[in-house]
Amino acid sequence: MKKRMFKCLVAVGLLAIGEAAFGLSEMSVQVKAGQIRATPSYLGQVLATVDYGARVQVLQQRGDWMEVQTPGNPNGWMHASALTKKKAVLRAGDEDVSTQTSGEELALAGKGFNKEVEAEFKQQNPNVDFKWVDWMEKTRYTIEELSAFLREGGVKSVTGGAP
Amino acid sequence: MNRVLLTLVLATAVTVLVAGCETLKVAGELGGLVGVATGTMTTNEAASLTRTTAAVAKTFEDITPEQEYYIGRAVSATILNKYKPYSNDAAHRYLNLLGQSLALASTKPETFGGYHFMILDSGEINAFAAPGGFIMVTRGMLRCCRSEDALAAVLAHEIGHVQNQHGLKAIKQGRLTSALTILAVESAKTFGGEDLAELTTAFEGSITDITSTLMTSGYARGQERDADKGAVQILKQVGYAPQALVDMLEQMKNNLKPGGLDFAKTHPAPQDRIKYIREWIGSAPSPVEPAARQARFDQAMKGL
Repeated sequence: MKKRMFKCLVAVGLLAIGEAAFGLSEMSVQVKAGQIRATPSYLGQVLATVDYGARVQVLQQRGDWMEVQTPGNPNGWMHASALTKKKAVLRAGDEDVSTQTSGEELALAGKGFNKEVEAEFKQQNPNVDFKWVDWMEKTRYTIEELSAFLREGGVKSVTGGAP
Repeated sequence: MNRVLLTLVLATAVTVLVAGCETLKVAGELGGLVGVATGTMTTNEAASLTRTTAAVAKTFEDITPEQEYYIGRAVSATILNKYKPYSNDAAHRYLNLLGQSLALASTKPETFGGYHFMILDSGEINAFAAPGGFIMVTRGMLRCCRSEDALAAVLAHEIGHVQNQHGLKAIKQGRLTSALTILAVESAKTFGGEDLAELTTAFEGSITDITSTLMTSGYARGQERDADKGAVQILKQVGYAPQALVDMLEQMKNNLKPGGLDFAKTHPAPQDRIKYIREWIGSAPSPVEPAARQARFDQAMKGL
């Protein structure tokens, strides 16, 4: 038993050293549609989109941009504000929902205001119309449009980030 | 040598395990997805979860990005109940491209649902930033702007409120306590009727707290100051003249009607803001504004 515990500790230690040495860490996507880009810039081509809650493996960090690896997608860059170090969230249909997640995580992940609450709110406030909010959200721009807008106006393309 | 290595490995392991315990306390912040999860939890498990989380801090910081988004949607819908959108696709396209360029330079370039900008068809001088990045400005506010730089200053100020999560901070503490202790457990299916009703009540209350702050009482002066500071920072970064914020406020001073229910009521007086903004800007010369920038601004704002 002692031997097994010792082995376990060694394994944990090795993993941690590996993480520190190579900067590998797992993060979760905290936006509705996380975009993986070819270059660390908002003008970089979008290679793939990952869902809210998806786990990504961080390969390296450059400023506020992280190079990430995700299953089934090419490696690419995501901005730090789209990611969180907080634990993975339960996904619909996950089999390990009730077995592998601690009570605290599960409870926290389940809290709060979501689609169902909005539906209930709409039912109770029929005078509040979400039509124009949906319209607002439909506004899209392409990288080419944004790039042309910046260029024509002599505006710098700057990526912000945590102060 | 081997012994030293082993000691190092073990010491790291212990450190990680200790740190892990701390991390657990804050683990799992991301919310909402559970709303679509499977729903295999028993009542006993649910009760135990409620007890476990009773000790979790209940502040606006516990509001997940997804919840912030839903709050922002409902706040915007409530504002859009009073104001109607201005019908002009070209102006909206221009406003959104300008707004995105600025938001990307903020301290929070990405929010759950992204930034969205809209012009409200109203002559009063007003602008609103709902949580998560829904930003609305009135025609009256646009008329205080004589250049793209000035309009950028207005939008950057609103982005300043979003990046500092001022909307969420307007929610009264008691409401969060009630909302965050009602746990959705695992799935929407297990949201009992009572829980859903209670959550919705907390949600409605939060929306009221924010909209009344935005539309009637206004943010605290310190928060307006922080939003101005954020705006100056963003403008400087992307190459707009921060002086444009002062120009816009000068214009606003002339346009505001004393005793009005718009910016006159919800914001500090323009002259007070000008004073501190001038101190931040200093005497650095303003960047030269390209002619194409002014031309596209004039084109987009035509008819406002």
